[in-house]
Amino acid sequence: MRKNRLGAVAAMAAVAALALTSCGGGSGEGDAESIRIGIKFDQPGLGFKDGNNYTGFDVDVAKYVANELGYAEENIEWVSAPSANRETMLQNDQVDMIFATYSITEERNKVVDFAGPYFVAGQDLLVATDSDIASPEDLNGKNLCSVTGSTSAQKVKDNYAENTNLQELPGYAECVTQMGGGTIDAVTTDDIILAGLAAQPAYQGKFKVAGAPFSEENYGVGLPDGTDKCGDINAAITKMIESGAWEEALTANTEGTGYTPNSETNPPELSDTCA
Amino acid sequence: MDNYLSIFTEYDVPGAFWVNIQLTFWAALGALLLGTVLALLRISPVASFRAIGASYVNLIRNTPLTIIILFGVLALYGQLGFNLGGDFQGNFFRLAVMGLALYHAAFVCEAIRSGVNTVPLGQAEAARAIGLSFLPAAREVILPQAFRGAIVPLGNTLIALIKNSTVAAVGSVATEASSTMKTMIEFRADIVIPIFLTFAVGFVIIVIPVGLLTTWLSKKLAVAR
Repeated sequence: MRKNRLGAVAAMAAVAALALTSCGGGSGEGDAESIRIGIKFDQPGLGFKDGNNYTGFDVDVAKYVANELGYAEENIEWVSAPSANRETMLQNDQVDMIFATYSITEERNKVVDFAGPYFVAGQDLLVATDSDIASPEDLNGKNLCSVTGSTSAQKVKDNYAENTNLQELPGYAECVTQMGGGTIDAVTTDDIILAGLAAQPAYQGKFKVAGAPFSEENYGVGLPDGTDKCGDINAAITKMIESGAWEEALTANTEGTGYTPNSETNPPELSDTCA
Repeated sequence: MDNYLSIFTEYDVPGAFWVNIQLTFWAALGALLLGTVLALLRISPVASFRAIGASYVNLIRNTPLTIIILFGVLALYGQLGFNLGGDFQGNFFRLAVMGLALYHAAFVCEAIRSGVNTVPLGQAEAARAIGLSFLPAAREVILPQAFRGAIVPLGNTLIALIKNSTVAAVGSVATEASSTMKTMIEFRADIVIPIFLTFAVGFVIIVIPVGLLTTWLSKKLAVAR
């Protein structure tokens, strides 16, 4: 009896070890002909998993770049890359590149490389269509929502905290739900993310992007440190911009929201080295 | 190393843990009160009371804590305008305490009920024989012994509560430890693993004394039979 029990424990340990290792590596090993691209799965208009389809501006740019690098659409393996995991995923070779509203910053550039930028977003406000909030100066005494631990939330805390009430929720979808319920007056993050949220069928015509960006976020392509692909990727993005496919993808993903990207910074100018 | 140490001047790490300790304190108080009442319901001689206690425990114990906390913020506050007072942020803190207390009350109830099972049946019979009705018998005879027998499971629930207090992050309590960690990772992607370890060690430092205390208390207060 005792022996049996020991055997059972050993078996369980073996199963647990197997489960753990399969988590760590197994799924990450792509064969040479496919490419693993990290995107957001939960941001409509940018990176969104809709059943078995992936849609959004990030996805469209990723498809174009992958195609230029020689990977057809069916050879792309889409991987979910939540904000907090992006650096680790690149460092541990779980993805080959990341298109996930990934702002180029100095701290991130220490551990990963960036190609691009392929888009320059700016922090903006999403408000109800009939709202009189047009810029952050109108936020006095208003309730504002952003995502816990995001750059946008921190910027509001640093610059506008005394006059506004900031609610932090786990995702932008929750923020928009709160705004639908009427307890929140404005949602803040990068303008293109807001446009994507407002373009969802459920909110059609209810919300608008205020259109007064108050920061500059350079969306780059996250790559492992020391990569040699920056030149090729930048060339692909430049080709996408020049051929008009970039503009087309942008329009298609933000249709019906009246959103236009900041034309002073878009489309971005690219060099042939890493950002 | 200096690079790592700078996070302590940039971010209020002890302050973040202090928020978790406050959440834990108030939620533990609420959970202990509600859990005791639930345990009384579950051992009461009235069948419908027992059913109410059992339904609460089975319903709440099987609902993920994240859903309970999100329900407080998105449904109670967001859609129904339910406000627990305090300022804008204080309301979220209180809603989170309420969610944590409601959830852990189910586990406290079961811990106390396990304590009740350590009290010999003769104690209850003797209490009834000297003329005490259910509540006085519970108060004077059963529960004091039950609590002393339930210290270890209650301590385990408290340890779970300390760590579960980080779930308040989904309930818009943005100053607590896991939210602070998220912010730090967002801005200091170059030292993700040291940041993560800092918070893991922080929780170990908080939890180990609680474990030692409950073990010591359970030995000291054990009912000698």
